[in-house]
Amino acid sequence: MREVACDTDGMTTPPVPARQTSGQPPTSAAAGTRLDPWFGAYAERTHGMRASEIRALFAVANRPEVVSLAGGMPFLAGLPLEQLSELAQRVVATQGLVALQYGSGQGDETLREQICEVMRLEHIEAHPDDVVVTTGSQQALDLVTRVFVDPGDVVVAEAPSYVGALGVFRAYQAEVVHVTMDEHGIVPELLDETLTRLAAQGRRVKLLYLVPNFHNPGGVSLALERRPRVLEIARRHRVLVLEDNPYGLLSFDGDVLPALRSMDDEGVIYLGSFSKTFAPGYRVGWAVAPHAVREKLVLASESAILCPSNASQLAISAYLRTCDWKGQIKVYREQYRERRDATVSALAEYLPEASWTVPTGGFYTWVKLPEGLDARDMLPRAVTARVAYVPGTAFYFDGSGADHMRLSYCYPTPERIREGVRRLAGVVAGEAELVELFGTAHDRPDDEVQVPSPDAS
Amino acid sequence: MSHAPSPRLVVLAGGLSHERDVSLRSGRRVAEALRTAGLEVTVLDVDQRLLPTLDELTPDLVWPLLHGASGEDGSVRDVLALAGHRVLGTGPQGSRVAWSKPVAKTVVQRAGIRTPAFVTLPQSLFRELGAGQVLEALVRRLGLPLVVKPSKGGSALGVNLVTDTTALPHAMVDCFSYSDTALVEQAVQGTEIAVSVVDTGDGPVALPPVEIVTDGPYDYDARYNPGRTEYFTPARLDPDVVARACEVAVAAHRELGLARLSRTDLVVDADGTPWFLEVNVAPGMTETSLLPQSAEAAGYELPALYRALVEAELRD
Repeated sequence: MREVACDTDGMTTPPVPARQTSGQPPTSAAAGTRLDPWFGAYAERTHGMRASEIRALFAVANRPEVVSLAGGMPFLAGLPLEQLSELAQRVVATQGLVALQYGSGQGDETLREQICEVMRLEHIEAHPDDVVVTTGSQQALDLVTRVFVDPGDVVVAEAPSYVGALGVFRAYQAEVVHVTMDEHGIVPELLDETLTRLAAQGRRVKLLYLVPNFHNPGGVSLALERRPRVLEIARRHRVLVLEDNPYGLLSFDGDVLPALRSMDDEGVIYLGSFSKTFAPGYRVGWAVAPHAVREKLVLASESAILCPSNASQLAISAYLRTCDWKGQIKVYREQYRERRDATVSALAEYLPEASWTVPTGGFYTWVKLPEGLDARDMLPRAVTARVAYVPGTAFYFDGSGADHMRLSYCYPTPERIREGVRRLAGVVAGEAELVELFGTAHDRPDDEVQVPSPDAS
Repeated sequence: MSHAPSPRLVVLAGGLSHERDVSLRSGRRVAEALRTAGLEVTVLDVDQRLLPTLDELTPDLVWPLLHGASGEDGSVRDVLALAGHRVLGTGPQGSRVAWSKPVAKTVVQRAGIRTPAFVTLPQSLFRELGAGQVLEALVRRLGLPLVVKPSKGGSALGVNLVTDTTALPHAMVDCFSYSDTALVEQAVQGTEIAVSVVDTGDGPVALPPVEIVTDGPYDYDARYNPGRTEYFTPARLDPDVVARACEVAVAAHRELGLARLSRTDLVVDADGTPWFLEVNVAPGMTETSLLPQSAEAAGYELPALYRALVEAELRD
């Protein structure tokens, strides 16, 4: 045959060196490549950070043909953009030399005062000194974990739990132990049992991580009567509570439950955020912590980022000062309630064989699939059907939860949500047929955290 | 070489397939290389704006770097040709043949190329005949280990190596979540290699085979996360085995009617026989993909090679 490896006649580019393909001693190729010369240099914690097949499937989620019930992007279309642009302009025009300069590591003092005012809606009495402004509350999660968690320490969390927090805990080589939730949130008796068991095993539990309001992904809230009990249990076991509360003000009936922090200012670190009640693009969140902890958080934050963005902080500060931010939250509540309604009514109509939580606020419902279905296995089929969701496995440290999926209703319109759920029903039916056909039980262990990137719609 | 103005190119990347992410990465890499080589390149997704945008841009050539579904099965190429655009690479006919793994295997087998024994099984067949009995017959006929893969598709999505009958049902479920037809073939043990073929105007030429060594299956994780897989280029095989593998890849390229570039995946058994597994008309071009590695090992600068492919296409 003429056209073998080394035939390069007439090439317009550097020819294939004949020796390369027509035969060198095998030893000459002994040096293989792993395509990453630094592979051997990574820290141990880095090896768990891998691009997964599931994550790749989410690549289609942003296409308009796909109804994405996967991402957690707030619906921003209702924001008064003109007003906001004037505001941003005025910040630069009147405070430009501050806005564009480095600022305090702890965050802008005026904004911290305003944050205390926002938190008063959830019955929190805090001093601006107790507040640390962070780059989204995600950074606060990172800082708290960095400050408290050594490799091998235990973090106790609800089952399921926020995937972004699990990622942080994993990065600091913590082990997460989940405690069952029911429709009223984490079950105090089971929490007590778990903490007792861990103590007996000699494990060091550093944090009790909770999303008490409109849980992500669970869609439930911690009942008022359980709140003091959970705090009492944590106190008794000497475990610090990490209260993550981005959705607390997005209650559909307007009822705001008192934050855990409002009942205990020594044993709780509270995390708040403007990402869901205003806009995530500014990346402004905060932590409220007991004073000694707060000192550490400020030092840790300075070493991570020097200071949070002054431009963002001043813009948010101006927004809180001059705009009807409470009115905006009401608008959001209405929009999200309408979407929640569309979601649960579509589920009732198209997927009656599944079960789901009916959230009274926030962004998510947690759907239990019919017996035997695996939400992760089903995802390629969903992508083919042009609908996306997040498999439940993302929300468990040990990769369990395959029988659930999280549906986000925050971004698509109610009509699109209905269409998405309709498609999902077809996907479920197809998968159910397959599983029945092959009689497969689903017990593939997998500890990967698999999520879409944050800008997935 | 002519000194006409640089050709203007559109690279197609993305699409709505399971491999959108890989395609976007391939597209970015190729576009970057072509720009380095002095070409004017626009990257476009395959969506409702594509045809009008192409009409506006009137590129000299369209290079589809689409992986999966309409991007590789020939249909996008059909439409582009219909709209009067010149397209780099294999035409619709060859794409259709290569895209279906069972069809491609049958074609190369007829040409005397060894390919693992296989059966093609639509999901409906399992329903009609009873899944248990079909699976039993399958194992009886082909033995273990087996490879179960979607009859169409890439990036090892939905592909499973089955060494134990108990794992077979789950492998089938995984496969059918990607495609309604499964290809089940005997797993040939040996050295996994990939042979890229390029044609810059003087007929198809094989680039040095890349040998793939992983600590498990060469699955999505092993393909796109650097580290788990070690690549040896050229493959650590006897020179005459390497030459045979190259011949097989070029022969498959010709038999299947492929054009300009392709990548053939082979397993070389202990006797030095290359077994054809599948061929790709739109081989991956990402940072961790095989064709670029092979080309670089052969001494090519990627920008120059990609430009040569473009120019060859424009000359034809």
